[in-house]
Amino acid sequence: MDDNVAVIGVGLGKVGEHWEKSLRDLAIESIWMAFEDSGIDKVDALYVGNMSSGPFVEQEHIGALIADFAGLGPIPAVKVEAACGSGGAAFIEGYMGVKSGMYDYVLVTGVEKMTDVLPSKTTSILANASDRDYEAFHGVSFVALNALVMRRYMHEFNVKREDLSIFPVISHKNAPFSKHAMYRKEISLEAVMNSPIIAEPLSLMDCAPICDGAASVILCSEKKAREFTDAPIIVSGVGLATDTLGVHDRKHMTTLSAAVEASKKAYRMAGVTPKDIDIAEIHDAFSIMSALSIEDMGFAKKGQGTKMALEGQHYIGGDLPINLYGGLKARGHPVGATGVYQIGELVYSLRGDGRVDAERGLAENIGGSGATISVCVLERGD
Amino acid sequence: MKPSKSVGIVGYGAYVPKYRIQNTEIARVWGNDPNLVPIREKSVPGADEDSVTIAIEIARNALLRAGIDPKDLRAVWVGTESKPYAVKPTSTIVAEAIAATPFVNAADWEFACKAGSETVQACIAYVGSGMAKYALGIGVDTAQGAPSDALEYTAAAGGAGYIIGSAKESLAVIEGSLSYVTDTPDFWRRQHEHYPKHGNRFTGEPSYFKHVVSSSKALMEELGTKPEDYNYAVFHQPNRKFPLEAAKILGFPKEKVIDGLVSPYIGNTYAGSALLGLAAVLDKAKAGDKIFCTSYGSGAGSDSFSLEVTDKLSDRKVKAPSVKSYIERREEIDYARYARYRKKIRM
Repeated sequence: MDDNVAVIGVGLGKVGEHWEKSLRDLAIESIWMAFEDSGIDKVDALYVGNMSSGPFVEQEHIGALIADFAGLGPIPAVKVEAACGSGGAAFIEGYMGVKSGMYDYVLVTGVEKMTDVLPSKTTSILANASDRDYEAFHGVSFVALNALVMRRYMHEFNVKREDLSIFPVISHKNAPFSKHAMYRKEISLEAVMNSPIIAEPLSLMDCAPICDGAASVILCSEKKAREFTDAPIIVSGVGLATDTLGVHDRKHMTTLSAAVEASKKAYRMAGVTPKDIDIAEIHDAFSIMSALSIEDMGFAKKGQGTKMALEGQHYIGGDLPINLYGGLKARGHPVGATGVYQIGELVYSLRGDGRVDAERGLAENIGGSGATISVCVLERGD
Repeated sequence: MKPSKSVGIVGYGAYVPKYRIQNTEIARVWGNDPNLVPIREKSVPGADEDSVTIAIEIARNALLRAGIDPKDLRAVWVGTESKPYAVKPTSTIVAEAIAATPFVNAADWEFACKAGSETVQACIAYVGSGMAKYALGIGVDTAQGAPSDALEYTAAAGGAGYIIGSAKESLAVIEGSLSYVTDTPDFWRRQHEHYPKHGNRFTGEPSYFKHVVSSSKALMEELGTKPEDYNYAVFHQPNRKFPLEAAKILGFPKEKVIDGLVSPYIGNTYAGSALLGLAAVLDKAKAGDKIFCTSYGSGAGSDSFSLEVTDKLSDRKVKAPSVKSYIERREEIDYARYARYRKKIRM
């Protein structure tokens, strides 16, 4: 199909600790919201981004489950798994479904139900995204891996911890506006610095919270999208890349090679450079990931990932506003759903929510400690 | 719910072991922030104390205040989640020790932290129906907190017991009692496990607050009372924060709660917690005072009680040691002795 792919519907469920709702409840809620937003009521295929429904709620085969309970009929429906990068990966699968001409309308749902197990089990389940034989087996959790990378980054580039801990402050700054965010409040740098240490130098507020959530978006061709709206949001470039699963196998542990590769692909497809990007949804699962992402997607030189943040350029009104709906830190990080939340939030910003006048934005979704990274460029079609 | 015969508390007794471990000492051992601990210190049972010995102390204190013949007790019920025996009643040992045997109903009750208040409610029914002249209900625990777990800071030992009899003999008349229960798995300990597990924040809003608030509201609605009608309010106290928050939601000012709030000084005595708070209030109350009390047990549920103090309280409360005297009787120990007394070192 020569035509562009557009997003015509978004449904972002409230992120939080939903003890009274099941995985299917959350998914279906967001699907109904996306249908309502799009104006259509049926799709040709469903891709579900989800990391660990098996270990978290003892339910696999959730493509069929969600298609069934959402009343989508006998459509193809599969789960796409790439750890915390599942949502972004599912979105790219959905994009390909439309772009190839195979499907007219595709639904992409990201969902994760994390709070049905005790916290010790959650940590263990999340560690499944690392190299089990060489990392998790030895007791290295995800926080620990990120702490190692952060420590190395601080050493290599002579960066202070407080320079990195500005990222949670930036994400939280936008959270009060974000209706679906888990923590709708601003936080101070002092609060981040003084929060309890989880794995030095990472403290509690450097880390995105464990939570439940589901997000859905609906894709179709630009031509079809124009039957519903004069201002569709176009997916102009997508890129997905992988890196070594283990951090220790990387040539440089402070470089997200998959972000370099994925962003290059996405920029090339969109015909843009980093300078053309107005806003970005960054995968700020841990403060250090924000700095690395900013650098490795070409917004700053190596070692300079905190510069724009410290200059205030990532706030609304700056050169590159990021995480306009709270990011992973304040919106919450229901792992497999995060990538779809980011796309939905980018659509909200590009449609115009009264805060930024952006032409083009980018969403970066990381799986594991950077072994899978997707980058999607979206732009206004009006 | 009201019994057909009017009943009340004829005697009450409390007991708290004398050993204390400071929360900062527990934080020191586990490398946690001493500024973020939930309470000041908690009680620790001595090497030769358990739920049975504590319950016996409680029962004896209750008998001292009631001034009745133990042979007139038709029930000795003990609510606890720290039974020395998995199978074999705690209550028979207590009943034997206070010479209430053999014509007495003895049984152990289990419903996490509300097992004690359940025995009191059952005593109300037992006496209120005319089946018993007097009945004794006790809530007691030597609570288990896993080493380094958040609950280790508060899991404490102690309890209180109540002898229920006719209203005309009572130091406080029971105006009504009500239970509110759902199946909510916020905290549990499976068989053969040493320590309980809990659902972290799940223990708050959908568990403690939902049940405490719903039960309290329902009883006040049934009796046609309001928070303003009461001089004191007592809630189950797993820490300092929760009971004060529950009171705020219900509209009880802090001043009405503080006299019954003992958890900051001795910790959470689980099945003994709300009952111990009620005993502390009775130690202070005077004739005509109205007291509201709601327990909470994980699993989950709450029992609420509405009481009015009579002129018999002032003479009887001095006949046994007060809760305050037990709180003030303290010997501080370090984590090493605590680990020994609580049998935390297993080979």
